[in-house]
Amino acid sequence: MSLSPENPGTAQIAKPDLNRRTVLKRASALGLLAVPAVGLLEACATSGGSTPSDQSTGGAKSSDNPLGVDPAAGVEVVIFAGGYGDAYATKYHVPLYQKAFPKAKVTESSTQDIQGTLQPRFSGGNPPDVVDNSGTKFMDFGALIQDNQLQDLTDLLNAPSVDDASKTVKDTLVDGTVEVGTYSGKPYVMNYVFTVYGIWYNAKLFQTKGWTVPTTWADFKTLLDKIHAAGITPYGYAGANASYYQYYVLMTSAAKIGGADILKNIDNLEDGAWMDPAVKQSAAAWAEIGAKYSDKAFLGLKHTDVQLKQDQDQVAFYPSGNWLENEQKDSTPPTFNYAMMPVPSVTTSDKLDASSVMAVAGEPFIVAAKGKNPKGGMEYLRRMLSKEGAKDFTTATGSLTSVAHASDGMSLSPGLTSSSDALSKAKSAFYFRFDGWYKDLDTECRAATNELFYQGGTADHFCQRMQAKADAIKKDKSITKFTR
Amino acid sequence: MRHGKYPFVIGFLVVPVLLYAVFVISPYVQAFYYAFTDWHGIAAHPKLVGFANFTKLFHDSVFWKAAEHNIMLLLALPLITIAIALFLAFMLNVGGGSRGGTRSGVWGSKFYRVVFFLPQVLSLAIIAVLFQEILRPDNSGAINSIVHALGFSNIGFLTNPTLSMWTIIGVLVWQAVGFYVVLFSAGMSSIPGDIYEAAEMDGASRIVLFFRVTLPLLFDTIQVAWVYLGIAAFDAFALVNILTVDNGGPDGATTVLANEIYRDAFVYSRFGYASAMGVVLFFLTLTFAVLTLRLSRRESIEY
Repeated sequence: MSLSPENPGTAQIAKPDLNRRTVLKRASALGLLAVPAVGLLEACATSGGSTPSDQSTGGAKSSDNPLGVDPAAGVEVVIFAGGYGDAYATKYHVPLYQKAFPKAKVTESSTQDIQGTLQPRFSGGNPPDVVDNSGTKFMDFGALIQDNQLQDLTDLLNAPSVDDASKTVKDTLVDGTVEVGTYSGKPYVMNYVFTVYGIWYNAKLFQTKGWTVPTTWADFKTLLDKIHAAGITPYGYAGANASYYQYYVLMTSAAKIGGADILKNIDNLEDGAWMDPAVKQSAAAWAEIGAKYSDKAFLGLKHTDVQLKQDQDQVAFYPSGNWLENEQKDSTPPTFNYAMMPVPSVTTSDKLDASSVMAVAGEPFIVAAKGKNPKGGMEYLRRMLSKEGAKDFTTATGSLTSVAHASDGMSLSPGLTSSSDALSKAKSAFYFRFDGWYKDLDTECRAATNELFYQGGTADHFCQRMQAKADAIKKDKSITKFTR
Repeated sequence: MRHGKYPFVIGFLVVPVLLYAVFVISPYVQAFYYAFTDWHGIAAHPKLVGFANFTKLFHDSVFWKAAEHNIMLLLALPLITIAIALFLAFMLNVGGGSRGGTRSGVWGSKFYRVVFFLPQVLSLAIIAVLFQEILRPDNSGAINSIVHALGFSNIGFLTNPTLSMWTIIGVLVWQAVGFYVVLFSAGMSSIPGDIYEAAEMDGASRIVLFFRVTLPLLFDTIQVAWVYLGIAAFDAFALVNILTVDNGGPDGATTVLANEIYRDAFVYSRFGYASAMGVVLFFLTLTFAVLTLRLSRRESIEY
């Protein structure tokens, strides 16, 4: 999913389909057999019941157990082992639950292919209780919700928090966390990691060169000129697999120019949302950066390639979320300190302040409604969302959680300090969700961004093709729609 | 002996047939069923939607673009591969002239045979990863570092939309040629040497030998090669998915049907729609194979 970092070093390799040749020989016979046999095989890949017979009914409620979990019932957790790994679960979160319920057996496993591993279990009526439904191969939320597979997390949000019984879990979360996990009015998803997006640079390099962080577009371009003169590619992103990093800043600029409602309208598939002058202005501004200050060869490179170039000071600015520093920690030389700046204001009359940033809770955790122990699943999340759980996560992954003030007093790495500073100084924060809601629109926006930035596209064309795709999705009745 | 024959044969067949039925035939049959549903990959009982997926497919520009690329592959891949493979096989087996009555290949032909076959040993996924580095668009690409050193501007093998599809064809040809060299070599070695001898005595040059003797006598083998390559042209999934920019890009410039099936099923979770596309691909491949075998049928020459 776009909200989480790409896996370092893993290409999205799919298994080649090798069997068609052998099938061909029998194909003509099969063609005749196929139709009558369909009825018989109807339930094959979709077999399985809908109501679990062995679901835990729960135990007595108490102040330590506000959700009424059966203390002896096991909990199964599956973690997406991407940029964050799964050590935060095995080393910290599982023991947290285990300590509270010593009789319960908590099993944890991890995978890089959530969909391939778990989709059959969901459709077979045997899902794990807690899933970190993340990575490129996450399970479609719309499809899960349509089939009533997700536990409504309202009880969890209204339960008292682990640290302070007078506050509910909901009260302890950063603003907007519940909202991004809400689908059709119900909180189904708990996004655990808080991500701040911006443009990253090497603070040490900038210091030695005497370059200062720009806040206006004119200053930004002057600086890009200086960087160019110093023989460094001023700006770039990886077109081969991470062009959405760039459309995150493009959308940020649009929101700054025209206000955060621009993004809301786009998410809600409002008519003409992409044709708004603010989107067009932002696209035009970034098209110019692409044409003048980047390297067209980056269109064919992967995120790891371009990020490595930045670590070697061959690229000055790179758009990304605040997982970047942690992802690159093995290839960052001592002369490199990550720092993040908010996207500079495109016009002098921007609606939002230059300090505003895009920030959103990501890394979506879900509890299976048809699992063996949904209450235990929610309790696991409650423990995760305690101050201790959140701190442990930050220690293990170098990333912030959506638990407010959990990292206060912790010593953070330079990049994380810089991005959390940017967030606390920001006059406003905003986000969009269309990329997770409508994967087609995400695919289209990736291609359109590459065209705009690296292939000499125009802002008008960018807006037109995005609008056309959004209109097509709006018209398509088979696609589940969301609003916010 | 005779009366124990059937249990013996059945004993051998039952396991492979069962495995084949469960893991190959049954998914195929199920795909036909899912093509008529709106299945998103999770629900236990998907809704039947009739031909809706197929009508949508018909109006889907991405589908047509992918189909166009498959047809381009279908025309170019067999033609180029067979032409190169025939030439190389001829040079390796016949092109060296005759020595003591037997035809032989050019000097070092045994070595070349191994070299040409080598790509066939590697899986397509590995080839795709290798070519990613060979074709890298920046100065650290194997080809572009040379291009750059010579003072030319870098070539966007995969980033230039007008070039990228030809790059895919080039890699596919490179990978496939070795196998067909071996296939044609086997065919050529079964052509009796006295036919060549007789033709040479009549004053035929190497070119005439090739077109008047080798080609007609090799026709059956070429026909098989054509069907195999045609089927490969309907696939090309692994290479496109791994090698190209943005899985089939830039901007869909290299996408093929199999790649779109994968995207629809595993990115968009539209398994029903993807199945419908799979069914169309199934019939396309089938039609191609039947047509090729029918249209190219002719009297084979006995020798």
